[in-house]
Amino acid sequence: MNKTLKTHDSFLRPGVTLTGKWHQKRYVIIRKLGNGAIGSVYLCDANGRKAALKISDISTSITMEVNVLKSLGKVQGKSLGPSLLDVDDWVTPLGQTFSFYVMEYIHGRALPEFMKQNGNEWIGVFMLQLLEDLDSLHQSGWVFGDLKVDNLLVTGSPTRLRWIDVGGTTQIGRAIKEYTEFYDRGYWGLGTRKAEPSYDLFALVMVFVSVFYPKHFPKGSNPQTTLFKKINDVKALRPYEDCFKKALTGKYQTSDEMKQEITSVIYDLQRKPQTPTKRKHDNPPLAMESIGFLLIALGYYLSSLLIP
Amino acid sequence: MKKGTLKQILLITDGCSNKGEDPAATAALAHQQGITVNVIGILEDDQTEEPEGLQEVEEIALSGGGVSQLVYKQALSQTVQMVTKQGMTQTLQGLVNLELKQILGKEQTMEDLDPEKRGEIMEVVEDLGETSDLEVLVLIDTSASMHDKLPTVKEALIDLSISLNSRVGRNRFAIYNFPGKRKDIDKVLDWSPRLDTMSSVFPKLTSGGITPTGPAIREAMYQFGKKSLLRSFRNNHEQDIENA
Repeated sequence: MNKTLKTHDSFLRPGVTLTGKWHQKRYVIIRKLGNGAIGSVYLCDANGRKAALKISDISTSITMEVNVLKSLGKVQGKSLGPSLLDVDDWVTPLGQTFSFYVMEYIHGRALPEFMKQNGNEWIGVFMLQLLEDLDSLHQSGWVFGDLKVDNLLVTGSPTRLRWIDVGGTTQIGRAIKEYTEFYDRGYWGLGTRKAEPSYDLFALVMVFVSVFYPKHFPKGSNPQTTLFKKINDVKALRPYEDCFKKALTGKYQTSDEMKQEITSVIYDLQRKPQTPTKRKHDNPPLAMESIGFLLIALGYYLSSLLIP
Repeated sequence: MKKGTLKQILLITDGCSNKGEDPAATAALAHQQGITVNVIGILEDDQTEEPEGLQEVEEIALSGGGVSQLVYKQALSQTVQMVTKQGMTQTLQGLVNLELKQILGKEQTMEDLDPEKRGEIMEVVEDLGETSDLEVLVLIDTSASMHDKLPTVKEALIDLSISLNSRVGRNRFAIYNFPGKRKDIDKVLDWSPRLDTMSSVFPKLTSGGITPTGPAIREAMYQFGKKSLLRSFRNNHEQDIENA
């Protein structure tokens, strides 16, 4: 595939202007943002506004992604994916045609980088945000599919985890369109690739596992045991261990179920910091004891002064 | 509505066919019979550029109406399923394009429609891809140079079966290897809905010296014929019984 990608890559350099064949809109390429499974994404200038432009040699894949973005746009009151701005074709100076679409440019930081700087207490927050978004998505009949660290960005004020690539989004009941091995339950031998809410919940756990194992790890001869052990090895993940195990083995039917259990774990975690302070209050006997000893010692000392 | 069955040959090779007719020619023949030929070329770990032996990979797929891809064996699983699905989409799109030409005139294909309409048609193509039945004949090159890649091939095929069996439509797989002991191809696994059963049969593969890719594709083509003949005979038979 990389071979074919070269064809449009060779045309698109910073400063190149791209004019749509159908809607005549002009986009100036600023720089490349990355390579997706089916094409490349560029940062571009669209009439003074920054936007992300995805272009591919496979016209049908672009069309399929556009269909998904359109349906996600219909999920009311939520901005689940980036919003779609334009769909068009570009005819190169050499006469080749490439399909592209333009979407909202989401600017943010990668999840592992953010957590490194801001601390692991964000795990719970992000997990709840993801579960809430997934719940809306599932309720509108879709499954995210290719949920992974690379497809998420943390945007600022307010801090929020956003989805940037919805290429794998699949209608519930069908076969997952796009996936990444490490996040895929089929690869771990823990389920099918049928699009159902539990498929996303598996990947969600793997997102947080990936944050702590950026280089991932081999599945070994018993994938489930490997996975459980790796989770147990990370202190920051241990509180969620039970929920994670349930999600990995497909015990949750809906995101909401998992969200409620995660919420109660977080609730317990927040109460925990108070337990050490409680223990301080439990300490008084010890303090009184030492004060008592001190008084006795002082008494002896004073009496020793009086004796001569 | 009765949906048709998509027929595919998935050729997994490291190139260098060296016996019999040109594989591109037999692939073209298969394509004419309504069978799509997808090809995956496996690179050696130390190969960086396209080696000459693998040039035929793209040609075979082109004349076979399918998709081709060169990969290192580590990426095989994902490539196998991507190539199979893209091959399906391409075939279905070809069929839709034919219909479009009949409706809209000779010069019209999907690319000539505006993105809006294309989107609607693509939804139909996707629907068909999800629901139509699929027959994949996997043709594995087991010449000597492929030997160390076979365990990965096996894993990738089991993985493919997981992916395809998550679809709504039904699947049937068969596996053949070439060169065969006495014939051009040997049967490894007869038509079956899953590939999990393969684990027991796969070790049968033995690596030999010659690579008759062309004749292998031709033989593979006939395996579809045999089966559909048998099936239509069965169907007729059942009908006869019902009639009686």
